[in-house]
Formats: sequence, structure tokens, C-alpha cells
Amino acid sequence: MSLLEIENLRLEIGGTPILRDIDLSIAEGEVMGLVGESGSGKSMTALTIMRLLPDAARTSGRVTFDGIDILAAPEAAMNRLRGDDIGMVFQEPMTALNPVKTIGEQVAEGIRWHAGANRADAEQTARQILDRVGLPEAKFPLSRFPHELSGGQRQRVVIAIACALKPKLLIADEPTTALDVVLQKQILELLRDLVDEQKMGLLLISHDLAVVADMADRITIMRHGEVMEEGETARTLSAQVHPYTRQLALASMHVPDRKKHAPSADDAARPLLSVENVVRHYPGRRTSLFSRPEPFRAVDGVSFSIRASQSVALVGRSGCGKSTLARMILALDRPTQGAIRLNGAEVSAMSETELKPHRRDIQVVFQDPYGSFNPRHKVERLVAEPLHLLEKQPGPAERREMVAAALHEVGLQPRDMDKYPHEFSGGQRQRISIARAIITRPRLVVADEPVSALDVSIRAQVLDLFAELNGKLGVAYLFITHDLTVARAITDDVMVMHEGRIVESGKTIDVLDNPQSEAAKALVAAAPDLHRALQKRLAEQG
Amino acid sequence: MIAFLSKRLGIGLVTLLVASAVVFFVLEILPGDPALLMLGMNATPEALASMREQMGLNDPVLVRYFSWIGGMLVGDFGRSFTYSSPVIDLIAERVVVSLPLAIISLILSTAIAIPVGIFAAARRGRMGDTVSMGVAQVGVAIPNFWFALLLVYVFAVWLRLLPSGGFPGWGAGVWPGLKALILPAIALALPQAAILARVTRSAMLEVLGEDYIRTARAKGMPRRYVLWRHALRNAMIPVLTIMGLQFAFLLAGTIIIENVFYLPGLGRLVFQAITQRDLIVVEGVIMLLVASVVVVNLVVDILYAVVDPRLRVSA
Repeated sequence: MSLLEIENLRLEIGGTPILRDIDLSIAEGEVMGLVGESGSGKSMTALTIMRLLPDAARTSGRVTFDGIDILAAPEAAMNRLRGDDIGMVFQEPMTALNPVKTIGEQVAEGIRWHAGANRADAEQTARQILDRVGLPEAKFPLSRFPHELSGGQRQRVVIAIACALKPKLLIADEPTTALDVVLQKQILELLRDLVDEQKMGLLLISHDLAVVADMADRITIMRHGEVMEEGETARTLSAQVHPYTRQLALASMHVPDRKKHAPSADDAARPLLSVENVVRHYPGRRTSLFSRPEPFRAVDGVSFSIRASQSVALVGRSGCGKSTLARMILALDRPTQGAIRLNGAEVSAMSETELKPHRRDIQVVFQDPYGSFNPRHKVERLVAEPLHLLEKQPGPAERREMVAAALHEVGLQPRDMDKYPHEFSGGQRQRISIARAIITRPRLVVADEPVSALDVSIRAQVLDLFAELNGKLGVAYLFITHDLTVARAITDDVMVMHEGRIVESGKTIDVLDNPQSEAAKALVAAAPDLHRALQKRLAEQG
Repeated sequence: MIAFLSKRLGIGLVTLLVASAVVFFVLEILPGDPALLMLGMNATPEALASMREQMGLNDPVLVRYFSWIGGMLVGDFGRSFTYSSPVIDLIAERVVVSLPLAIISLILSTAIAIPVGIFAAARRGRMGDTVSMGVAQVGVAIPNFWFALLLVYVFAVWLRLLPSGGFPGWGAGVWPGLKALILPAIALALPQAAILARVTRSAMLEVLGEDYIRTARAKGMPRRYVLWRHALRNAMIPVLTIMGLQFAFLLAGTIIIENVFYLPGLGRLVFQAITQRDLIVVEGVIMLLVASVVVVNLVVDILYAVVDPRLRVSA
């Protein structure tokens, strides 16, 4: 008999159907991958198993865990199950821990509650599990607070909490989505080892087919609250019997068709952007009252240049300095040393007034299409924002025309300008932020993880849009990303950044196929790859 | 921690200095001659002149300002013209009434507000929430002097349990003194509790939506445990801020209640001093209040750091 058996599960929240007839089962020691795009009901399925749904939720069907009818169990019985027999790991490690309690308290709390252990015993068990997840006592005593740990370390604490009592089932809801690829690989390996050691069942929820293909024995694909297809991972993903499975697989490996914009001889000779020996210090932590603190070198002597219509990727792990570098290129921050030139003019030394005419040549697209708009402004005003940088201010009619043209270029309707951001989906919002970036006809667009918050199919469309605008407008790109598939899909050249320095650069294909530096090798090795994962699985099965 | 404290103390001292300058010079430019007020409208010019000389009113402004500050540093707040006794004695007599009253009111309002706020947040949108927040709304809206009269009617006139007003002094013993402060403290605490309960509720609601609350629930912790052990401490920052402001208000903003209960508190002292142009008393009381606000803020800052470890590092 399976450890977890879900049959005909239906879920409504406030009258809106969320899940329809979900069937899903997990055996002991089995890894089940649950895949789907945002809004497909993956997380709601997980929360149903935990019975942590919002108050307005109504469920029907059967969820049986280890012989217990979850949907009918009293709350006290659920409290005994949660954290003991079922553990859960969440997506966002930065906010998943209580900021006012030490990590020791937070790990030991569940142990004391379930096992009835005294404080000392509970802390000893907590110590062991923290050692196990890779947080040794010397550097991570129990008295550490969450804010003293990085995202990857916090996720290890969350895993320690979930696995402290050797649960029979572990639910991991997008456990690595907020982490960079190298950390992702480490966390996934940790989960894999824990599953093997403790014979846990694992429900791994992800939007990333490559991650699931690598980890899961079986896979369930969801869409709009329904199960599309279910089966053994390698067979399901290679056969692609169901059209939606096929669509997902294609979208996650999508490479846009790029028509090269032929640069004029003049453009090709002269760099559009040149970064010369740029250094950025931040004040370091004071270690003694009397000596000056050693500054933290976030960016440490970086030089490169971008030509007109060139598309360049800046890749690296989180904290390597890529966003600091981007802020300086956007003239939102100034280098401690070195110079940044745009069209030959040294923008890094200009006053805000002198900068103004240059700002329209360089625009930005941010990662989060939800957080980067003022929700109370209409699209017209949002997209028109950079227009104040123009020398001649357009009149109201002309302004509407320019906004309409920009919206048209990113594949939206001109009438969309009278709507508010909340009326659009995530992908559409990212189109709006691209429209805002191109309305001044910039020569360079800096895009900071522009597709990492998007679902695979929407991400494919947005990548197509970037490629199209590159061909049509001749705009150059600097893509900042930790996702090598994005770099591969859309850039000519790549620079690998590590601890504030650029350690490797060259043609994207050359660098990614044949990395030379340690940092680049680590990134390439850790990047999930659907092809590779499937081949490995099929080879294992013979 | 020491760097943090000394920085906060430094800011407090600067605040005091700025406040003293503002208080002194604003009162300086107000119309009204204290010497004239003391001697009455029929005083002879000679008597007036010698009075001004005696009170030091003829000295240059800056000299008077610095001698005033210098005096306060050694505990000499000057002499009241109207009471003809040292200001420090006048203040001391009133502080023994106002300070216990403020402390009792704050304890009462906190003891009522925090459980009510937590209760309402835990039952968001349900009966208990609607009713308790409705009562809180009424509590904010009721004028406290009216509520005070109601209390007097019920407890003093009808039940005859507590005195209707006046203050016997602590010399008569602790219990009679406390008895005289109970009704005014309740009257003061009610609106404060209503505001604090609403603040607690909204702070708790915000915290209850956080991811770490879900993590705690996923550990198998029951709802009530999560509410008290995980949510409350995180919700304390805005609650502490409001409590600090309320305490400062309770020390001196109680003139109406003091009048209703005929209590000799700081509010009445400053009110009488203003109507009689007894500027030296007004200045002294205001400086005392500024100092108490500075101290309360310092305490609140320290409590922030106690509650939230993230505030301990940066200073």
C-alpha cells in the first residue's frame, strides 16, 4: 500500500474551484515530482496534505496518509502528524524562519513538542540534524539567528526542521527556486541523501522540468487544478504522449530564433559601453574599536565593453557582485575607482543633471514583474515614465501615441494603456516593463534576471520578445542571470563573475560548452539540464 | 550594545538642549510681563522696576537662558512667582500623583489591550473580532471625561466603593492613595486600551500572514501556541511604539481627568501656571516632560533590541 494516497481530491476556496479530481500516490522511499505552471494547484495540493489551507477552503475526496484519513482527522491529530510524520520545506528561505528566535530554538521546538524531550535532549538532537544538513557547530552554533545566515543556509535550517524527526513523508514546495544553481544542486543532493537514508517519501514540487527529471522516480503534471499526466519520469518526459507535457518540455528548452541586426561599421568599431577597471567598496564590519574596518570589495577591478546591438550575459552565483555592477552601469551607484563610459562619455563622473540626457540611452528591466510597478498608476503613466528624459517633452496626444507604439512592439494592445497593472498576468507585466524600457529608444537595456520569475511557457515568449527587439531595434543587452539556459538562448557573449571579478569571458557557446575557470565549471555542472537528466535516467534503466 | 546606548543617550541630550532653547525663547516672546502680573495693574512704576530687577528680568536674554539651564542641572528650577515656592518642590508634589497614575493606566491599558488584540486577530472576520473591535471603536469615540463621570456615578455614588475625587496624599498610607487613583486610571486607560488593541490586532494580522508562521504550523505547533510564542513577539514593535507615546501623554495630558477627580497632578499645575503667566513653572514642567519623553524613547529603543535580534547589530 502507498504511503500517501490521494483520490478524487477536489478543493474550492470561497466557491472558486482550485483542484479537480486530483489522484496522486507516493510509496515509501519514492520521489514524486509534481510539475506545473503557477496557478496549476501544486502548492494547494501540498497544503491539503498538511491541512494548512485557508479557512475558506472546502475539500472533498480522499487523502489517506499511512492509514489516516487526513481530510476527516481532527486538528489535534493533524498537529501530531505535522512536523513528525510529515515534514514540509518551503520556497522562500529568507522568510520561512522566525526572525526573533534562534535556529536552535526553532529546530528543537518541534522535537520537544512531538518527542516530549527535555530541552537538553532536544537541543542535542537539533545539533545532530543541523550537522547533518551541513551546518557544523563551529560556524553555526544553535544560538545563531536567521538573519545571520544566507539564503542557502536558511534553507538548510528549514530542511533540518522538516527532517528532525525522520518523517515518513517530506513535502518540498519549490525548495530551490529562490537559490542560485550551485546552491540548488547542493540542496537537491541533500534532499536526495536524506530520502535514501531515512526511506522517506518525497513530494518534490517544482516548475522546473530539469530539476524534477533529475530527482523524481515518478512525475505528475498538473494544469489548471487538474492532473494532465502521471507516470514514470524518464518514460513520461521522453515519450511526451500528452500534448501539455510536450508543450512544457519544448518551452523549457526553447531557444528563440534570432535575426542579427547588422551593425553599421561605425557602431562595430566603437564600444557603446565600456567599463574600465571598476571597483566598488562597501564599508566592512568593524572588528576592533581602533582599526579601520577592512572594506568589502563587492566589485573588484572589472573591465569589459559592449558594442551596439551586442547581447551579453553576466552570469554568476548570488552575491558575486553582478547586481552591484549593474547598479553602477545604470548610474544608480558610483564606482569607488575606475570609469564607466557610455558612447565615450564618462557617466560615472557626471552630476545628476549632466547624466539626464544619457539616461535615456540606457534602461532597465527588473526581475519581479509584480513589485516593479506602482499599483495605483495606469499602464500609460507607467510606460511613459522615462519620457521625462527626452529633450523635447511630448504633448499628451503624442505621449499616448508613443506609449501605444511601445505596447504594440511588445505584443500588447494600445487600449491596454488605460488598465492597471493588477489586470495583467506576470508575463504581460514583464512585457509592460520591457515597453517602459524601450520607449526612449535606448541603445542598451540592462535586464536583471528578467525571466526567472516567469513560468516556462511565458518565459519562452518573453525570450522571443527580447530576441525580436534586439533584431528590430538594434538594442544591446546586458542580461544578468544565474540561469545558464537564458544565457545560452539569447546572448552572443558571456562573462562569468566570481567574488567581484570577471574570471572568464568569451562566446557564450564556447564558455558554456567548455568552461575553463573553476567558477564557470561549477556553474555549468550545477545547471539543471533536461536532456542530460533524461539521458542519465534512461541509461540507468538500460 | 554600549555603542548603541551611548548613541541613543547622545541623541536624547541634544533633544533636551534643543527643547530647552525652544521653550525658553518661545515663552520669552509671548506678551505679558510677569512682574506686572505679580504686582497687579495698579503697581507703581518704581515698584515694578525694582521687582523686575529682583526677578532678574533686566538681564540680557542669553544670560538668563544659561543661568536657567545651569540651575536646572543642579536641580534648581527657579522660584514660582505665584506660589512663591521653589518650582522643584511644586513639581515633586505633583509627580507623586501623576507618575503612579500614568503607570497604573499604562499597565491597565496594556493588560486589556494586548489579549483583546490577539483574540481579535486570531478570530479575524468572525464574531469575536467584530464585537471586540466594535467595543474598541466605542472606546476610542467616548470622551474620557464622560466615561469618568459615569465611573464616579457607579462606583462612588451608587456602590460607594471608591472615593469620587481628591487625593489624600501618600502620607495617609498606600491603600487610600491607590484607592483615589483607581477610577481616574480606569478612565484614562480605556481610550488608550482601545487604540492599543487595534494596533495589536493589525500588527498581529500582519505577522500571522508571514511565512514563518506557516513554518511553525507545519512543525505541528497548535494555533494557540503559534499565536503566543511565534507571532506575538514579532508583533511587539509597533505596539511598543504606541505604548511609549501613550505613556508620555498619560504623564501630562491628563488635565481633564485631573479636573474631574480633583487630583493635584502635573496637568493642573501647568494649566494654572499658564493662566497666571507663571512662566518659570511652565518652563520647568515642560522640561521635565521632554526629559521623560526622551527617557521613555530610550527605554522603547532598548526594548526594540530586546524583542528583535536584527536591531541589535546595527547601531
